[in-house]
Amino acid sequence: MASPPHPWLNPALVVGGLAPLALLAVQGPQGALGPNAIEAALNQTGFLALVLLVASLACTPLRLVTGWTWPARVRRTLGLLAFTAACAHFLVYAVLDQGLAWGAILEDVVARPFITVGFTALVLLVPLAVTSTNRWVRRLGFPRWQRLHRLAYVAAALGVVHFAWRVKKDLTEPLVFGAVLGLLFAVRVAEAMRKRRARAAAAARNPA
Amino acid sequence: MSDAPPPEPPSSDITPERLYLRRREFLKNVGLFAGTAAAVGGGLHLLSGRQRRFMDRYVPDAGVVPGPVAKAAGPFDTDEPRTPYEDVTTYNNFYELGLDKNDPARLGHLLTTRPWTVTLDGEVHKPATVDIDQLLSWFPPEERVYRMRCVEAWSMVIPWLGFPLAALLSRVEPTSHARYVAFTTLMDPERLPGQKRPVLDWPYTEGLRLDEALHPLTFMAMGLYGRQLPAQNGAPLRLVVPWKYGFKGIKSIVRITLTREPPPTTWNLAAPEEYGFYANVNPAVSHPRWSQASERRIGDFERRPTLPFNGYAEQVAHLYTGLDLRKNY
Repeated sequence: MASPPHPWLNPALVVGGLAPLALLAVQGPQGALGPNAIEAALNQTGFLALVLLVASLACTPLRLVTGWTWPARVRRTLGLLAFTAACAHFLVYAVLDQGLAWGAILEDVVARPFITVGFTALVLLVPLAVTSTNRWVRRLGFPRWQRLHRLAYVAAALGVVHFAWRVKKDLTEPLVFGAVLGLLFAVRVAEAMRKRRARAAAAARNPA
Repeated sequence: MSDAPPPEPPSSDITPERLYLRRREFLKNVGLFAGTAAAVGGGLHLLSGRQRRFMDRYVPDAGVVPGPVAKAAGPFDTDEPRTPYEDVTTYNNFYELGLDKNDPARLGHLLTTRPWTVTLDGEVHKPATVDIDQLLSWFPPEERVYRMRCVEAWSMVIPWLGFPLAALLSRVEPTSHARYVAFTTLMDPERLPGQKRPVLDWPYTEGLRLDEALHPLTFMAMGLYGRQLPAQNGAPLRLVVPWKYGFKGIKSIVRITLTREPPPTTWNLAAPEEYGFYANVNPAVSHPRWSQASERRIGDFERRPTLPFNGYAEQVAHLYTGLDLRKNY
């Protein structure tokens, strides 16, 4: 079997993507996260999850715009890293912040839209993570698999809303995430429209 | 010494060219792997840890408050463990000095507090504009160890230095029309650079009902831990109302006005459904985005239940007899 081009790329992303979580796990008990370490860990894991999720969603638009092929090969890795960070975020909330007080957690998830939205984003990522293997792509068939994985955009949008709700007053960072997400979505929509026009033109040239 | 060329190594020791080339390829890949992993990991770490970038840079060194410190008689002090000075002075909400918790400590040096005057006016018989040092000389510093509960569900125990607000108000003699007390923070974007951005409606204002203002627990702080109040904690003069959420404790006060009508308050204007005028600590009334039933004392790992009126119900609950505190949050 020929070795894939850039064989170092995915392993490097895995190590680089997990490193901030590992650093947090080391820094927290050392008191290096400031007076409110749990709040810091919550903020950082949430931010990581959003960055990685948006990065995974940037792969296809980046390939379409540049013609490079490597982004398509790191998309799954980035998506799974985003899911890992989102799980870490939820675990910090449920275990460290709430001390596994399930009543309080359930009340938060059900009654507080800020948390409902974030929790929904996490739940939406679960089927995407489960079906991330090649075997699942074959099992679902690529078009269906692709439709399912468009949920990643919904999850990211919910993540941005969750973030915007979290900040008390300064919306700069959530707006930056929202703008990037909008841009990525626009590239994909433009590509879909270009394809449709090309198909229509081809059909016009070769009427069946 | 022989002129003969060195013996050739046995052919078994020679790396085949194919492997030799793969070794170079392998080393190159290891280098690229390490470089990419370090760049990605470092970048993500810096991005996600952005609020803590400057945290350890600034250790406030406020001078010791001179003179004897009085101890008030009364049920004022808690004997709960005090939150460390370092935490009290590096974990602050003071949006005029930045939105992140460590910004106020980092930027506090910009807030010069001398000269400084405080204006006392409105429904009073003796309005005055007073130099801060003169005002402080009127009252011997007193220490109060109070719990402080932030609306964000964290809490601290802080030994404040200062004097009861009632003592200050009695000097200006409120008229019979006075019903409320309005407070205003310094407006100076050079000294409070956060005011350059319209995050809130500057200057920060707060208010109390007159009976709340006259309550013996209500305190004007000019120091903490026996030292001058650092800028990030609201130098040179701030309000402390221990049974209300921390945002009622307006910082860096320049004006105190007695009014007939309820004064506008900054957070109430910004988000009235989240921040009421009373802002009494109440575990039964949730913030729209989180429960207020419990809190994390800074330095603690586990949460603790939040007490009605932050544990001061015995002293203050009677102020709100007949008031629905679910509506008047």
